[in-house]
Amino acid sequence: MTNLERLEKIFAEYKDDLEPGALTEETTFEELNFDSLDVVDLIMACEDEFGVTIGEEQELKTVGDLLKVIEEAEAE
Amino acid sequence: MKSLENKTALVTGGSRGIGRAIALAMAEEGANIAVVFAGNREAAEKTAAEIAEKGVQARIYQCDVASAGETEAVVKQILDDFGGVDILVNNAGIVRDTLLLRMKEEDFDAVLNTNLKGAYHMIRQLYSHMMRKKSGSIINISSVVGLMGNAAQANYAAAKAGLIGLTKSTAKELASRGVTCNAIAPGYIRSDMTDALPEKAKEAIVSQIPMKHTGLPQDVANLAVFLAGPAASYITGEVIRVDGGMAM
Repeated sequence: MTNLERLEKIFAEYKDDLEPGALTEETTFEELNFDSLDVVDLIMACEDEFGVTIGEEQELKTVGDLLKVIEEAEAE
Repeated sequence: MKSLENKTALVTGGSRGIGRAIALAMAEEGANIAVVFAGNREAAEKTAAEIAEKGVQARIYQCDVASAGETEAVVKQILDDFGGVDILVNNAGIVRDTLLLRMKEEDFDAVLNTNLKGAYHMIRQLYSHMMRKKSGSIINISSVVGLMGNAAQANYAAAKAGLIGLTKSTAKELASRGVTCNAIAPGYIRSDMTDALPEKAKEAIVSQIPMKHTGLPQDVANLAVFLAGPAASYITGEVIRVDGGMAM
């Protein structure tokens, strides 16, 4: 499973209507109607899934931003 | 239809006293109940049996709410067993009364850890669940001493005042998700503890209450049921006294 597919699984818990394959690196949180509270909750779910620590100070706008932060944290 | 039909309520300190009254009153309104207790299994089993007589599900869970690890495990178990939690009642509390001059650090910490940090742990464990469900009701049992202070209860009063700050912050964070968080501040409520007080001490307490009598656990439970139900869905961040007018 790619990291994007793993993210999609997590995102699906927040959005019942998320179609498989609909999530791309360009998808913004705004498009998904995620507010700051959703994003924090999502980051925590990603921390559990990927076993990494992600700082809250990150400026995340797109799914790609989130993936990048996760991959950087994994590399540390 | 009963006001809490098909809901699940988690009540900490639910085996005795005010917690027991709340658990029973919510069960009466149709809620399934997860009774979280610290040590008295016999009392918890007895309360669970009384709850089950009302035709709802009742289960008991032993947990020290001061422990992050134990609260995480117990909340997971409860979510598995009941399929969700709609109402969280943070009622678990202990006292270690003594004048501040004699109050040991461990007396202060023990009361803060159970009464205040315990509520933080439970809210934190259910935060994501309620947020995603976009509904839920959190009720923190504070106390009038959290509003007024009380000699020989600096630890207890500090914890109960802390619960008010916790209540309002939680209410603000979760308001946009339709999750409410309110505090109840009981005054002198009859319990095994107050029954054991000498007659003179009881008279002194009653003299401070405009209504001239102590309250019953049921008085607190009535408000908890209201706050957990649909009639209170637009009330959040509120602190309501149940004290016969004592802290006016």
